[in-house]
Amino acid sequence: MIDIPFFLFVVFAVVAIGGGIGMVSSRNPVASLLFLVVTFFSLAGIYVLLNAQFIAAVQVIVYAGAIMVLFLFVIMLLNLGSDYHADIRRFGWIVAGFVAAGIIGGILSSGLTQPGLLAGGGGGALVDASVRDVGVVGAVAFPLFRDFAVPFEVTSLLLLVAAIGAVLLAKRRV
Amino acid sequence: MSPTQPVSALGGIPFLVIMVVKVIVVFVSVITTVAFMTLLERWISAWIQDRLGPNRVGPKGLFQPLADGLKNFVKEETYPDQASRFYFVMAPMLSMIPAMITFAVIPFASPLPTPWGLVDMVVADLPIGILYILALTSLGVYGIVMAGWSSNNKYSLLGGMRASAQMVSYEVALGLALIPVFMLAGNVTLTGIISMQQQMHLWYAFPLGLAFFLFIVASFAECNRLPFDLPEAEQELVAGFHAEYSSMKFAMFMIAEYSNMLTASALMATLFLGGWDIPLWQGDNMWLGPAGIVGATPAWWKTLLTFGSFATKTAFFVFLFMWVRWTVPRFRYDQVMHLGWKVMLPTALAFIGLTGTSILVLDSLGVPYGLVYGLAMTAVNVVAMVAFFWILDRDRVIAGAEGYERRVRIAEAHARGMRVPPPVTQHAGD
Repeated sequence: MIDIPFFLFVVFAVVAIGGGIGMVSSRNPVASLLFLVVTFFSLAGIYVLLNAQFIAAVQVIVYAGAIMVLFLFVIMLLNLGSDYHADIRRFGWIVAGFVAAGIIGGILSSGLTQPGLLAGGGGGALVDASVRDVGVVGAVAFPLFRDFAVPFEVTSLLLLVAAIGAVLLAKRRV
Repeated sequence: MSPTQPVSALGGIPFLVIMVVKVIVVFVSVITTVAFMTLLERWISAWIQDRLGPNRVGPKGLFQPLADGLKNFVKEETYPDQASRFYFVMAPMLSMIPAMITFAVIPFASPLPTPWGLVDMVVADLPIGILYILALTSLGVYGIVMAGWSSNNKYSLLGGMRASAQMVSYEVALGLALIPVFMLAGNVTLTGIISMQQQMHLWYAFPLGLAFFLFIVASFAECNRLPFDLPEAEQELVAGFHAEYSSMKFAMFMIAEYSNMLTASALMATLFLGGWDIPLWQGDNMWLGPAGIVGATPAWWKTLLTFGSFATKTAFFVFLFMWVRWTVPRFRYDQVMHLGWKVMLPTALAFIGLTGTSILVLDSLGVPYGLVYGLAMTAVNVVAMVAFFWILDRDRVIAGAEGYERRVRIAEAHARGMRVPPPVTQHAGD
C-alpha cells in the first residue's frame, strides 16, 4: 500500500522544484511568470498536506491570484521581449552553482543527520490540535492577532513605509 | 452503521463510491445547466428586445444548445499565424477548469438519508469553504490574459490587459464584501454559514444588505458581464480576448463564462439568501456536523424541497445577470476603475467597521444570537444603505460622463484663475 500523502508530497515537491527551475531558466518573461505560478500552486498543495488549508488558500489568493496577475499586467504593458543579455557571465555561473550546491548539500546533510530538524518534531500534531480547537482560520488568526499582535502591526507598518518609499523613489515630484 | 451518521464516517470504498457518484451527478448537472443558460440568455434577450428568439430547433427551440454544441465541434479550428501556439491552446483550458470546479463547495440541498448513512448534498465541504472559491476564481483571469497575449493581436491584448486590471481591482471589493458575512457567521464553510442563517431566522441579505449589494456588483465585474464586459467589448475591441478563437476553444470561454455566472449566482443565494433554506419553515433547520445531524430530522422529501428552494434562488440571480446585461450599457474604463477603487473599496471597508461595531455592541449588551440580534443589525444596515445610495444618487461619486467632464472643466478653469467655465460641447439630443 502506497502512502498517499507521501506520494502527493513527492509529486508537489517535484513540480514545485521543476517550476522554480523553469522560472529561472526560461527566456520568455511570461513563461517564467507562469512557471512561478505553478510553483506557488504546488506549495499550496504541500500546505494542504500539512493540514494548513487556510495558508494554502491564502497562498493561492494572494500570490497566484493577485500579485502574479499584477506582474503579468506589467510584463504585458511593457511588452518585454525574450531577447536579453545575461547579467551573470560564464565564470559567475560556475561560482553561483557551487554556492547553491553547497547550501542545498548543507541543508540535506543536516536533515539526514538530525531527522527531527526537517521532518517536523511534533509540529504537525500541534497544528492538528489547534485546528480542532479553533478551526483552520482561527489557527492562524489567534496567534497573529492575539499572541503576536504588536510584531504583526509593526511588520505591516514596515510594509507601508516600503510602499511609500517606492513611490517616493519612483516619482520625481510627489 | 446507523442511518443518522454522516457517510464520511464510513470511510474506505463505500465513501469513495458515494463521492464519485456525487461528483459525476453534480458535474453533469452543472454542464447541462450551463448549456441551457446560453439558450435562456437568448430567450431573455429576445423577450427584452421584443423579438421571438431561437424557436427553430426542437420544440420551442429547446434543442438549440445541442445544435450549438455540434456546430462548435465540427467547425474549423483556426490558429493565428503569429500566435504562440502553446499558450494559445492552454488559455481556454485555464479559463474553463477553475470555472468548472468551483461549484464543488456549494451545498445545494439538505442532507439526504440513505440506508448507508446521511449523504450531505455538497461535493466537498472543505474547512476553508468559500476561500477555495476565491482562490480558484482568481486563477480564471490567467486564461483570459493568456488568450489576449498569445493571440498576438492588439485588440486581444487590450482585452486581456483590461481583464487583469479589472479582476484584480474587483477581487479586493469582493473579498471585503465577504468579511461581514464571516464576522456574523463566525465561520467560512458554506454549510456553516447556511446553518447560522437558519439559527438567526433571518437571511443575511437583511442584516448585511450593503455587503450583499457590493458583492453583487463585484460578482458582475468578476464574471466579466455587462456593465463590466470591457475585456470583450464588441464595439471597441471586436471580441476582445477571444477575438482569434474559433470552434470549441471559443466555446470553452463561453462555458467558463456561464459556469462562473452559475457559481456566482449559487454563491449569492447561499451567502445572503440562506442557500437551500426554505423561508418561514423550521422543519429544514438542520446541520450535518462531523458528529451527526443537529436540529430537524432529515427526509428525502425535505431534500427535494430544499433543492427546489436553492434552485429557485440561483435561477433568480442567473436571471438578474441576464436582465442587467440586456438593460444597462457598458461603463467606460475609467469609470470602472473609479467605481472599484474609490467607491466599492472604501464602502466595503466602512461597512466592515460598522458590522464589527454592531456585533461588539450587541454582544456586550448580552443579546443572544437570533432574530432580535438580526433585526438590530438590519436597522443599522438600513441606515447604512440609505446613506450609501443617497450619496451615490446625488451625482457626487459616480457622475454621468457629461457631469464628470463638466466638473473636470470647472476645476481646470478654477486652476487657471478663470471665473466662468468654458461652455460644454453640445451633443445631439441634449
